[in-house]
Amino acid sequence: MREKILTFIEKNSRVDLNELAIMLGVQEADVLNELEAMEAEHIICGYHTLINWDKTGIEKVTAMIEVRVTPQRDMGFDKVAERIYNYPEVNAVYLISGGFDFMVILEGKTLREIAQFVSDKLSTLDSVLSTKTNFILKKYKDHGTVMAAPKKDERIHMIP
Amino acid sequence: MRNPLSQRIVDIEPSGIRKFFDIVNEMEDAISLGVGEPDFDTPWHIRDEGIFSLEKGRTFYTSNAGLKELKQEISKYIYRKCDVFYDYEKEVMVTVGGSEAIDIAMRAMLDPGDEVLIPQPSYVSYEPCAILANGVPVIIELKEENEFRLTKEELEAAITPKTKLLVLPFPNNPTGAIMERKDLEAIAEVVKEHDIFVLSDEIYSELTYLDEHVTIASLPGMKERTVLINGFSKAYAMTGWRLGYACAPENILAQMLKIHQFAIMCAPTTSQYAAVSALRNGDDDVAKMREEYNARRRYLVHRFKEMKLQCFEPFGAFYIFPCIKEFGMTSEEFANRFLQEEKVAVVPGTAFGACGEGFLRISYAYSLDNLKEALERLERFIIRLREEA
Repeated sequence: MREKILTFIEKNSRVDLNELAIMLGVQEADVLNELEAMEAEHIICGYHTLINWDKTGIEKVTAMIEVRVTPQRDMGFDKVAERIYNYPEVNAVYLISGGFDFMVILEGKTLREIAQFVSDKLSTLDSVLSTKTNFILKKYKDHGTVMAAPKKDERIHMIP
Repeated sequence: MRNPLSQRIVDIEPSGIRKFFDIVNEMEDAISLGVGEPDFDTPWHIRDEGIFSLEKGRTFYTSNAGLKELKQEISKYIYRKCDVFYDYEKEVMVTVGGSEAIDIAMRAMLDPGDEVLIPQPSYVSYEPCAILANGVPVIIELKEENEFRLTKEELEAAITPKTKLLVLPFPNNPTGAIMERKDLEAIAEVVKEHDIFVLSDEIYSELTYLDEHVTIASLPGMKERTVLINGFSKAYAMTGWRLGYACAPENILAQMLKIHQFAIMCAPTTSQYAAVSALRNGDDDVAKMREEYNARRRYLVHRFKEMKLQCFEPFGAFYIFPCIKEFGMTSEEFANRFLQEEKVAVVPGTAFGACGEGFLRISYAYSLDNLKEALERLERFIIRLREEA
């Protein structure tokens, strides 16, 4: 049942629980119990909103920064990651296989703000060897959702 | 001037429902629950394969029976899903939708006067196709109390010495009915006893919500008397690609192929390349769509219960077939008023045979939001009707 609930709410966390139970063919109380359990177990980490900021007129700049580090004695990657993700302006941190170690996703109001974070905070960490900042120019798809307006139903109304 | 027309064609009734369809199709602001095709786009990997084949310039005819790779995949798929083996070289052909397969199967099997048993309510093309093939359609009226399944008794009662072919349209459009193994076993016995054949239209085989679909061809002694028809439209949301297939014993298939060869040549090449990807890599897509349909199905069944609208629980396709007899109107009157007063389009059950009277076909090939809005309007409408009464 967990997988079914998660699959559903990953796409629509605002679904009415009663309706969700009906659609899954289970009891509402069971759905509620599972949700609470998964929240407690931190399987469900939040119920966020997917926003297309481009359409709001509010300025946002997002950068994906490739970071190479030397994991330090007694610190490992997790500790280095922690030092990075504790900054509130950092949106996401991933440990990456391949040519660099961390992918850090950073949100700021301006280009300068991001540049400043990279030069003042990120690059100055002892374990950081190098950074490469990639600015996002346009977001096409996020969380499995295409940002462009969904297309209209073009089927003819009546087909036997 | 002489009459240019064939009397046999002129005599085929144009669907009486056509007028209603035309009204709906012109109404811009109506919500429709009348569509008999998936609301999903064809999965991208399938479209991509079609595009790739065009880029490669694969724009020629294929062999009449279809691309070898596709026939092989069909054979494997049917074996994997339905546990019956068809030799891709002699027992599988690719058609222009399931529709063409229905047509040519009947033409290949019927002699003038042969009776074709057609359970109704069912898809609109069996009856005209039987007539076009010089056959005589004999309607079996399915009953709601049997959940619109075909029973052994109903079949036996309809068989005469002239009976040649039984159409088996399950999972069913418009009722959503399915036939489970035990139901099919009973039918198979009668079919063998009376030495008749079966045209099994299994276009909705991937959309069942109880157990996995069973084909009658997989039952003992039935493969040699069955033409199994399936296609890509419903399972892979590929209606516009116009691609289906038929699996049948060599003696029948060879004759079907002859008609196909002269009338059609071959199914669309681009679609055939795309369909290879559907069968090789499409299982997850189908599973996702099935889950989504199933969620909507449960929701509709629940809402109808809330509204106290009589309806058996359908376990196949993407239709639900509520009974509206309590309102004392014909299906068409109900559909018309519902359209005028609440701007929601549903298909009167009579579009699928006279015994569809008193029922509506509601399609759930729509987003949940669309369904919810339409059901609110339906609830409002039937409350009003009950108050009027």
